[in-house]
Amino acid sequence: MAAKTVLNYLPRKSVVHALTGTTKLAFFLLFTFAGMLTYDTRVLLGLLVVSLLAFRVSRIKVSEVRFMLVFMLIFLLLNNFFVFVFNPNQGTEIYGTRHVLLPLPGRFAVTAEELFYLFNITLKYFVALPVAMLFISATDPSEFAASLNSIGVSYRVGYSVAIALRYIPDIQRDYHNISQAQQARGVELGRKEPLMKRLRNAVNILLPLILSSLARIDVISNAMELRGFGKKKKRTWYTKKPFGRNDYLALLLGVLLLAASIAITFADGNRFYNPFM
Amino acid sequence: MKKNNSIKTVVAVGIGAALFFVLGRFVQIPSGVPNTNITTQYAILGMLATMYGPVAGALIGFIGHTLIDLSWGGAPWWSWVIASTVVGAVVGFMGKKLPIHEGVFGKKEIVTFAIINVIANAAAWLVVAPVLDIAIYAEPAAKVFAQGAMAAFVNSVTAVVIGALLCIAYSKTIAGKGSLDAE
Amino acid sequence: MIEPVISFRHFSFQYRAQKRPTLHEINLDIMPGERVLIAGPSGSGKSTLGSCINGLIPFSFPGEIQGSLTVDGVDAPTAGIFALSAHVGTVLQDPDGQFIGLTVGEDIAFALENECVAQDEMKETVGRVASLVGIGSHLELAPHELSGGQKQRVSLAGVMVDQVKVLLFDEPLANLDPATGKQAIELIDEIQRRTDTTVVIIEHRLEDVLWRSVDRIVLMNEGRIVADMRPDELLSTDLLRRHGIREPLYLSALRYAGADIRPQMRPAQADTLVIGEDEKQMIGAWMRAAGPGREAEERPVLLEVSHIGFGYTPERKILNDVSFAIREGEMVSIVGQNGAGKSTLSKLICGFETPDEGSMRFAGEDMADWSIRERAAHIGYVMQNPNQMISKTMIFDEVTLGIRGRGYSEAEIRERVEETLKICGLYPFRNWPISALSFGQKKRVTIASVLVMGPKMIILDEPTAGQDYRHYTEIMEFLRGLNEQGVTVVMITHDMHLMLEYTPRALVFSGGAMIADKSAAEVLCDPELVCRAALKETSLFHLASRCGIEPPEALVQRFIDTDREVRAHGG
Ligand SMILES: Nc1ncnc2c1ncn2[C@@H]1O[C@H](COP(=O)(O)OP(=O)(O)OP(=O)(O)O)[C@@H](O)[C@H]1O
Ligand SMILES: Nc1ncnc2c1ncn2[C@@H]1O[C@H](COP(=O)(O)OP(=O)(O)OP(=O)(O)O)[C@@H](O)[C@H]1O
Ligand SMILES: [Mg+2]
Ligand SMILES: [Mg+2]
Repeated sequence: MAAKTVLNYLPRKSVVHALTGTTKLAFFLLFTFAGMLTYDTRVLLGLLVVSLLAFRVSRIKVSEVRFMLVFMLIFLLLNNFFVFVFNPNQGTEIYGTRHVLLPLPGRFAVTAEELFYLFNITLKYFVALPVAMLFISATDPSEFAASLNSIGVSYRVGYSVAIALRYIPDIQRDYHNISQAQQARGVELGRKEPLMKRLRNAVNILLPLILSSLARIDVISNAMELRGFGKKKKRTWYTKKPFGRNDYLALLLGVLLLAASIAITFADGNRFYNPFM
Repeated sequence: MKKNNSIKTVVAVGIGAALFFVLGRFVQIPSGVPNTNITTQYAILGMLATMYGPVAGALIGFIGHTLIDLSWGGAPWWSWVIASTVVGAVVGFMGKKLPIHEGVFGKKEIVTFAIINVIANAAAWLVVAPVLDIAIYAEPAAKVFAQGAMAAFVNSVTAVVIGALLCIAYSKTIAGKGSLDAE
Repeated sequence: MIEPVISFRHFSFQYRAQKRPTLHEINLDIMPGERVLIAGPSGSGKSTLGSCINGLIPFSFPGEIQGSLTVDGVDAPTAGIFALSAHVGTVLQDPDGQFIGLTVGEDIAFALENECVAQDEMKETVGRVASLVGIGSHLELAPHELSGGQKQRVSLAGVMVDQVKVLLFDEPLANLDPATGKQAIELIDEIQRRTDTTVVIIEHRLEDVLWRSVDRIVLMNEGRIVADMRPDELLSTDLLRRHGIREPLYLSALRYAGADIRPQMRPAQADTLVIGEDEKQMIGAWMRAAGPGREAEERPVLLEVSHIGFGYTPERKILNDVSFAIREGEMVSIVGQNGAGKSTLSKLICGFETPDEGSMRFAGEDMADWSIRERAAHIGYVMQNPNQMISKTMIFDEVTLGIRGRGYSEAEIRERVEETLKICGLYPFRNWPISALSFGQKKRVTIASVLVMGPKMIILDEPTAGQDYRHYTEIMEFLRGLNEQGVTVVMITHDMHLMLEYTPRALVFSGGAMIADKSAAEVLCDPELVCRAALKETSLFHLASRCGIEPPEALVQRFIDTDREVRAHGG
């Protein structure tokens, strides 16, 4: 329940871990942006290779992130299912052709275009997955606030993020205690109760949680002010790492990837790579 | 006094995002429909946005939702993150006149609060989220609007029912000026 | 002439929400390098006074000020919190609210970061200050990996990175186990000596603060200063008792024996106290006048815990092979250091967590298959923080919550609730909003909401933390009353006085194991046990050895009996 485990930080000696938090954050954003813009299969495959390589050098084992991986796979499967059910012809609409592979009744015929489209959606998500996991697992949460500040976010907002990470475990424990005490008095959120009752019971648990959190806001903001938070326009950071050569290289790579992604994707005036025409 | 308010906002955003995270990630009420759970974080978002204004509301939604997505292990699903941000901003913007800090939250305020939350959630889940889903992820319109409608409905209901009950209870704990007197 | 570092002149203050001023006509000078203890009953304005010194008043808590206050040459009411923070370092009561950083190092550096100090210099200062307070090897740890005492050290280091002139502590000892509290006072004392800062401590636990000397005690009551004296002088008067503050136990014992306390006896500390032959004889005579002890009859066993083991995670065991039995109608304390597993044990008993091994029986029945709710009908659990239990805004609704949906009619419910409210002394307030209650009253609301379910046994986690002596007595006498009506009471506590006075028997925990099950007096007279469980010897033990009384438990027992008689006669 540590702040470290909220986001599953896995400390280690590796090239990726040695980068500054700022670099990792900027790279993560550039990379997800590149992946978000494009639907070009070639670009996506290229990005995936970079992404997997980065994961490799971080020396984080797949078994350590298995939980996230499984969760994401289930999510993607469900999402693909819904995409198909709601519109089995989205692929045809995008790619402009129709090659039926499996003639199911009604509009549910499975086409090569639809499968290729689903493959691309999945790919698009998978490309970002290793980088996202890396960002979470290889960045010390202590560096988050400083990193946000150094990519241009106001330090106050940066500090809000630090406070959130700091107090999530405390609030989680409060919630646990409160809900147990309420259960002892017969307040249940389980299936046995009718829905409206469940919502009202939720209030019984949330109210003490909110009131104690609001009291907490007062205490913390007083404590912060007594120690001079917000006194100056800027602030320095205890945990900020100095920039090294690798940081510049990583940033350069990020910028190049984004540029390449934009260039290749929009060179033919279409976001999609079309193997059917 | 101005200064303290801005520090308070920083802390409120941090604690608000932490609450949003804990409720969204760990606290689920079974809805009765298999495999779908009601989460309560939008009730808290509505309440805190009303109390601390649009900027705080937007940031709570943004940070809280991003952290939830990151903790599941993937890249944030930005279209929905932005939708949460919109909920916080809209409720905060329209609700900042509600005198909840002075301990007043009567019938009139409840109705206003409910309307504001329905509008905000409708805007976020029926417009912002699906449109961005189509733009970024090129998902089928039918799917994203169906999902959006479901989210708009569920989140409005929790925000209105739970959020209003919380606001009423909270407002009762506030003491007015010069109102405290022994015996 | 030396100028005072803090100087109040005809100072008064009224909170905006209050109808009357909270502080009246305060005149107080504190000299550089002085150590001042501020004492007084709850609500007397101690924290308010502290907030004036560090600037939270009027900048964070608005209100109306009259008169003047200078702090280290600065006009406090107009200076602003930031300006004052360079002169005054404040350590708040709640260590979790004060610990803002994600790790120890970051938290200590917080004030430096805000000053835009360069990183190298920051690391150096943090290292230096951290080793000064003895936390230097823990810079990487997160708050939840620290004990309560360690968190307090971090808070102290965090304010010491600025070269402040005044250190202000608001209840630094609440929630610390006795040994850690003692260390905290020693640490404050040592820091004060080394840096020659002025120290202002606000605290209820007078005897604990006096473990190291203070120069003056300022006694407050209803927003006024009623005494401002050297400790030796103040302790020789009856002012403390008159204002509902508990004096050190060894002094009460001497008074019970008929001795007269004079400043020349240096009563402020148990080990410097001068005890003459007269006093020794008085104590001796008082001891001989003891009536025969009462033998408790053996009652049937109510709760039997056998070989319980538990860990929140498989890697780390919190409780190991714990076994004990509690008999019907008993009143028992559970004591031991912070993190020993006391609260965890009560969660296991209430079914909030499931033990990994061992079994529990209630009135002879195995509890393994009982749900949380079923257990709650037999065993009530009152959490330490009432705010975590209260979920309604009105007292009546809150107390009713637990018995709704159990098939009682509306009239039966009302009758039961009203009866419970009467027992808890809350009946006159039944229609009040809970927010209008004091902490102690809220605590009683939570007890009422547990009692209404008719449990045979209640477990209370730290029932008296942060309460002044009057409310403490109120809560404890109420619990004793319940106990006399047949409810078995188990209390988790860090308060050695409470254990001595109210519970004949104590279970002692250390590092997840139960290391003793004896009478409270025996526990505190066993130095080895005291040390292992991070308890604190009672000063009565000290007094007994000084007066040559063998065994020392006898004096402790005599004291408890007398104390009880005195209170029974409304003394
Ligand atoms: N923010 C506030 N607004 C209004 N009244 C307040 C506020 N804080 C304290 N008071 C009132 O001022 C009085 C003194 O409170 P204060 O906290 O100074 O007492 P205290 O001596 O520190 O008590 P304790 O020992 O319980 O901490 C109380 O009656 C309290 O209700
Ligand atoms: N929900 C939890 N999850 C994981 N670890 C926990 C949890 N609650 C408590 N612990 C750990 O279990 C140990 C025992 O905690 P517990 O609260 O039982 O101690 P305690 O004896 O009540 O201490 P205190 O006197 O400070 O209240 C501590 O090290 C604590 O960090
Ligand atoms: Mg106080
Ligand atoms: Mg405990």
